Amino acid sequence: MADNGTSKNTLVALVENKPGVLNRVASLFRRRNFNVDSLTVGRTHKDHVSRMTIVVDVKRADARIIAANLKKLINVIDVQNMSEQPHISRDLALIKVRTDDVESRNGVTLICERYPARIVDIGTKVAIIEITAQEDIVEALINELRPIGIVELVRTGVVAMGRGIRILDTDYEPLRFGEAANNGLERYGV
Amino acid sequence: MKLTGAEIIMECLLREGVRVVFGYPGGAILPTYDAFYQYRDRIHHVLVRHEQGASHMADGFARATGQVGVCIATSGPGATNLVTGLATAMMDSVPVVAITGQVPRAAIGTDAFQETDVTGVTIPVTKHNYLVGSIEELAYTIREAFHIARSGRPGPVLIDIPKDIQTASTEFVYPEGEIRLPGYVLPKQASDVDIKAALKLIAEAKRPVILAGHGLIMSGAVNEVRELAERANIPVALTLLGKGAMPENHPLTIGMMGMHGAAATNYAIQESDLLIALGMRFDDRVTGNLKTYAPHAKKIHVDIDPSEINKNVKVDVGIHGDLKTVLRQMLPLLESKSHPEWMARIRDWQEDGSERDILNYDTGDKLLGAQVINDLWKYTGGEAITVTDVGQHQMLEAQYYPHQRPATMLTSGGLGTMGFGFPAAIGAKFGKPEEEVWAIVGDGGFQMTLCELATARQENVKVNIAILNNSYLGMVRQWQEFFYDERYQSTPMFNPDFCKLAEAYDIPAMRVTRRDQIAESVEFARRHDGPVLIEYVIEKEEIVYPMVPAGADLDKMIRRPKPNEVKHG
Ligand SMILES: Cc1ncc(C[n+]2csc(CCOP(=O)(O)OP(=O)(O)O)c2C)c(N)n1
Ligand SMILES: [Mg+2]
Repeated sequence: MADNGTSKNTLVALVENKPGVLNRVASLFRRRNFNVDSLTVGRTHKDHVSRMTIVVDVKRADARIIAANLKKLINVIDVQNMSEQPHISRDLALIKVRTDDVESRNGVTLICERYPARIVDIGTKVAIIEITAQEDIVEALINELRPIGIVELVRTGVVAMGRGIRILDTDYEPLRFGEAANNGLERYGV
Repeated sequence: MKLTGAEIIMECLLREGVRVVFGYPGGAILPTYDAFYQYRDRIHHVLVRHEQGASHMADGFARATGQVGVCIATSGPGATNLVTGLATAMMDSVPVVAITGQVPRAAIGTDAFQETDVTGVTIPVTKHNYLVGSIEELAYTIREAFHIARSGRPGPVLIDIPKDIQTASTEFVYPEGEIRLPGYVLPKQASDVDIKAALKLIAEAKRPVILAGHGLIMSGAVNEVRELAERANIPVALTLLGKGAMPENHPLTIGMMGMHGAAATNYAIQESDLLIALGMRFDDRVTGNLKTYAPHAKKIHVDIDPSEINKNVKVDVGIHGDLKTVLRQMLPLLESKSHPEWMARIRDWQEDGSERDILNYDTGDKLLGAQVINDLWKYTGGEAITVTDVGQHQMLEAQYYPHQRPATMLTSGGLGTMGFGFPAAIGAKFGKPEEEVWAIVGDGGFQMTLCELATARQENVKVNIAILNNSYLGMVRQWQEFFYDERYQSTPMFNPDFCKLAEAYDIPAMRVTRRDQIAESVEFARRHDGPVLIEYVIEKEEIVYPMVPAGADLDKMIRRPKPNEVKHG
């Protein structure tokens, strides 16, 4: 909990897998002035359903308003606030660090041993470290690597899933229209 | 049967019950206009003079009838001209379907002639929108669009249709089946727990007030709210768009709330111990300073849009539901009550309010906007559909034209769109041809869409235009007088001779400069079949009282001094 009563809320939205949907969600966050920490989108096991994980640093009451607004979007099928239930969350980072002397190479190796991290590329000038972990652990690793010299960094943003037998899924089957299903055009709506 | 995309649009419009559309042609929508020609005896196309007018006409039609209003425009500039009307409809939850032509699919994304990313542009101002991807999905898309526009919390929906889809053809089978919208769930019954919690608060309240909003009208719950008010003896305050949700001559109706609401109503809200908010959204214009808003009141909020509950005002009982359904769940369990002391207290405030009513002042031979509206009310028997523009005349209409029936006062509340009134009145008249329709507009706003005079004349639609001409952007002038030390920057206006202007459009007109001509002006308006324009030359520096300055506490109103405190109002 931060001082002003805000905390990280991890919202998961199941959305119809259509090109305009990300645009609608982004537009909603912008026009309602909701600040996004991270937003990720990806497919699910169903072609027609995508899943977004959106982390917002807000008061719990505001998270409810955000969820209600998300649900109002026609293409958003369901929204859940993972922070209101036990859940697993992961962030993936690729971190390129300077390794142009022995000291830094050894330093990197030692640090990585204490994290769920791997060195996935190493040379005489730089190395790339991969970590998949909870966001705070990823952040801790980044902070430890900083003094050695981070030269490039990329993160996927958080993805999350509720623990246990409660499943976030939809039975919905989309209508399909002739050969229209995929003509390569950016389409909003059905 | 094989139909073109354009013909499919017609067939779908007919199946949605559409008999009139408001629009303007252009390249990317021309195939559809060709189909209008073919269907001209079944769908009447009103040619506007600016697409903004079409969007407001569709809006006015929808507000007056509760049905979906339809406007149509070409790609690019035609479509962008609709944006103000869509934003207006969005803010006030009005069911509108806008159809726009788009460049052919193959040209999309190439900056083709008159190409605009209309679905991109209109995301924030529509409830939903579509770029149709193939002729196969066209009919279904139109059906879905109408469903979304009119159900739940209504709103505008835009369908962008590439030109090559309008000209393509396919075997037409109307999609009768279910509408499959997994993410669009309409509320059913409220939970017993919530209903009981609300009833408990109502039973315990000593100083309750109902806040009646537009939602009651859209839900068709005016009888239910009246029963609630009567049985539990609760005074009813109206939002601007809630006018007509409760008959204004009903003893329990205490008038409009908010920035230019009745002082008594605002005092009652601030002193109440229970607010029952029905189909309203605690807009800043009705709450004033949120920190000091109704500080002693528990709050019940019933709304069809769950994202409105706890948005601006924290509530004790929030019920997500359709008002008619929810109120019908409540009424059988509602106990009779009476609040004589509370009502007496409100009456005292009201008496003080009437003492300060400008109509009770000696204002000499000035013609005041308040008098014009009051007399229009009198001579139309309070039964007209009035459609206002935005400004002082709008607030005066709200204060001096009480309405007894729902959907008879149409106005742009949420967006406050100048230029709305006149075209929306045309749309309203198409929807309610049997009603007497008056557009009540200011000299400023009227000039934003006055090109529709030609539309009104061409269609010979019987709309009476009352221009309250104060030669000022009056409402802005009022703010400048109060808050900017009377520096009247960009508010005095040179105006055309409105009567000559009407004459140029072959529209009968009359100028009124004295109060005793108002009765005659109404007769004059009624004497003619088509549109009529009446210019009321009113006092230039009238003030709309009371006024809650923006962001001030709701009960810190600027009030009109009493007659014994000043020489004249
Ligand atoms: C499109 C638009 N532009 C600007 C405004 C800001 N505005 C609100 S009221 C008003 C003055 C309206 O003047 P007029 O139409 O003459 O009406 P009056 O207030 O004099 O009755 C203005 C400029 C607005 N509401 N809408
Ligand atoms: Mg004016």
